[in-house]
Amino acid sequence: MNAHRHSYTIDASLPGPRSNAWTAFFTLMKHKVALAGLVILLGLLFMAVFAPVLAPSDPNEQDLYHVLEGPSLKHLLGTDDVGRDLLSRVIFGSRATLLMGALSTFFSAVIGVLIGLVAGYKGGIVDMVVMRITDTFMCVPALVLMLVIVSALGPGMQSIVLSITILSWTWFARIVRGQVMLVRELPYVEAANALGASGFRIMFKHLLPNVMAPIIVTATIALGGNIMLESAVSFLGLGVQQPTSSWGNELRIGYSYLEVVPLFSLAPGLMITLAVLAFNFIGDGLRDALDPRLRSSLGIRGNGYGRAGGTNAVVK
Amino acid sequence: MLLQVRNLSTYFLADNGVVKAVDDISYDLEEGETLSIVGESGCGKTVSALSLLRLIPDPPGKIVNGKIIFEGRDLLTLSEDEICDIRGNRMAMIFQEPMTSLNPVLTIGHQVMEPLMLHKGMNRKEALKECIELLKGMQMVGAYPHQFSGGMRQRVMVSMGLSCNPRLIIADEPTTALDVTIQAELLDLMKKLTRDHFTALIIITHNLGIVARYADKVIVMYAGRIVEKALTRELYRSPLHPYTIGLMESVPRLDQDIKQKLRPIEGQPPDLAYLPSGCSFHPRCRRAMERCRRESPTLREVSDNHEAACWIYE
Repeated sequence: MNAHRHSYTIDASLPGPRSNAWTAFFTLMKHKVALAGLVILLGLLFMAVFAPVLAPSDPNEQDLYHVLEGPSLKHLLGTDDVGRDLLSRVIFGSRATLLMGALSTFFSAVIGVLIGLVAGYKGGIVDMVVMRITDTFMCVPALVLMLVIVSALGPGMQSIVLSITILSWTWFARIVRGQVMLVRELPYVEAANALGASGFRIMFKHLLPNVMAPIIVTATIALGGNIMLESAVSFLGLGVQQPTSSWGNELRIGYSYLEVVPLFSLAPGLMITLAVLAFNFIGDGLRDALDPRLRSSLGIRGNGYGRAGGTNAVVK
Repeated sequence: MLLQVRNLSTYFLADNGVVKAVDDISYDLEEGETLSIVGESGCGKTVSALSLLRLIPDPPGKIVNGKIIFEGRDLLTLSEDEICDIRGNRMAMIFQEPMTSLNPVLTIGHQVMEPLMLHKGMNRKEALKECIELLKGMQMVGAYPHQFSGGMRQRVMVSMGLSCNPRLIIADEPTTALDVTIQAELLDLMKKLTRDHFTALIIITHNLGIVARYADKVIVMYAGRIVEKALTRELYRSPLHPYTIGLMESVPRLDQDIKQKLRPIEGQPPDLAYLPSGCSFHPRCRRAMERCRRESPTLREVSDNHEAACWIYE
């Protein structure tokens, strides 16, 4: 939303405003835990992108002389039950896991934000109907629904992404709706109305940017949660199918050999934990960074949204 | 005739009954004229202005009766799209809270450009040029509202209101949040701009000083009704309604004898959901008669261009 900032500044000698995004970024950098999360996340992304370069061998190549072995110089993390290099499989597994997490979060954010915006802005009967539907989705047990969808559509990436999306758009819808109801009553929305802006324009130009902060925070935390969900389904054997590897997948196979080669399940399990932790840390940091009222407690001057500050209110 | 308001009534349906925020008001406004609506807090000034633009939140509010003829069309019969086209374009509103009436996450330039692009069909470049023209004297179009002072923000609001060169501007207590020097500056600016473009202006205020200096004619409202309607000069020379007289006497004046005490209007404005019988003002009126308790007076012309709703002129 700050992309056009510079094109508006006429007098170049005057200091331009430091945009909200930058202030938030600097605040985030002061947040030690979030910084740790960011470092972990960047590491994981690097791993996923450069998997072919980083992996010591092809993840599907079998070394039948070394089946189910512990760590050795040849196989740094050991091998799995059919002799594939575990390290390579974990590295390649990050691709499927992170991709599914990201895609499902993206889709659920798009759906949830749209629904939340409309419900919050329209209010009344629309809001009631939409929110009851949301409630209905929320009371379905997550894993059961996922198992039903995945077994109906067949295992694979599409059905996983679809089922997670169906489950997690509700978080976005709820938070966006609540925030929109808050912002909707502010005078500048009335002012925009008085200027002749249509409902559509008010929703997307005036309300959406104002509820962006909680959306970003929710998305980050939802990413962690969605990776967990994906791993859970994969652990039950309904995720991406062999020979493609994902962390949940590895964890499941490794689980059977827990007493023989503990690392087989420990390594992917640890990766899942790391990824989820990283997203939660970043989400935490972002929440603090995007809330001007919390910002001052971190030793950074907020950019003073005024006393109400309700525009960026905290996500609970 | 630019604007004719006829028997406008706006009610709010509250839990404790119907709140008659605006009850049967009528007035006219010519091109280029300045009208001032005065009255205490909660007397229906703002609601009457919001009704003109059909900005009453429904529910709970509803314009139950009346006609608003603006440029020959009854605004109450227009579709939502048609009214959107009038808002900000032919009739603009300037709100009382400059601190909160600008969107904190959009730049000033962005917000001033919005009505231009919306109503005048300008593209970004043209709108930006126009916007720089409108905001001349203010350096940063790329700044965010929080970086501006209250006075600057209110000037931005005025620029936004005037950007499409509307025929009528409604200023809802435009100076309440500003300090006195900025108030005068802003009002002079508004007066100059409206005079240059021959724009009609409705100023809603409770500041009688502003009325005296800027308005051509005045409406005094009490409990949702018009109690007195006059040319400004007339009103100050000889206020008729006891409420208006009370308002004038409760304002300190520089030419007043220092020993003379201010006379406040006793009591509180009534709850609009439980209006007193007869004339709403009678419980606070010094000159209340028996008839005031029973019957509600209507506006009647007492002298030229001067109407009052009071039984003492019967």
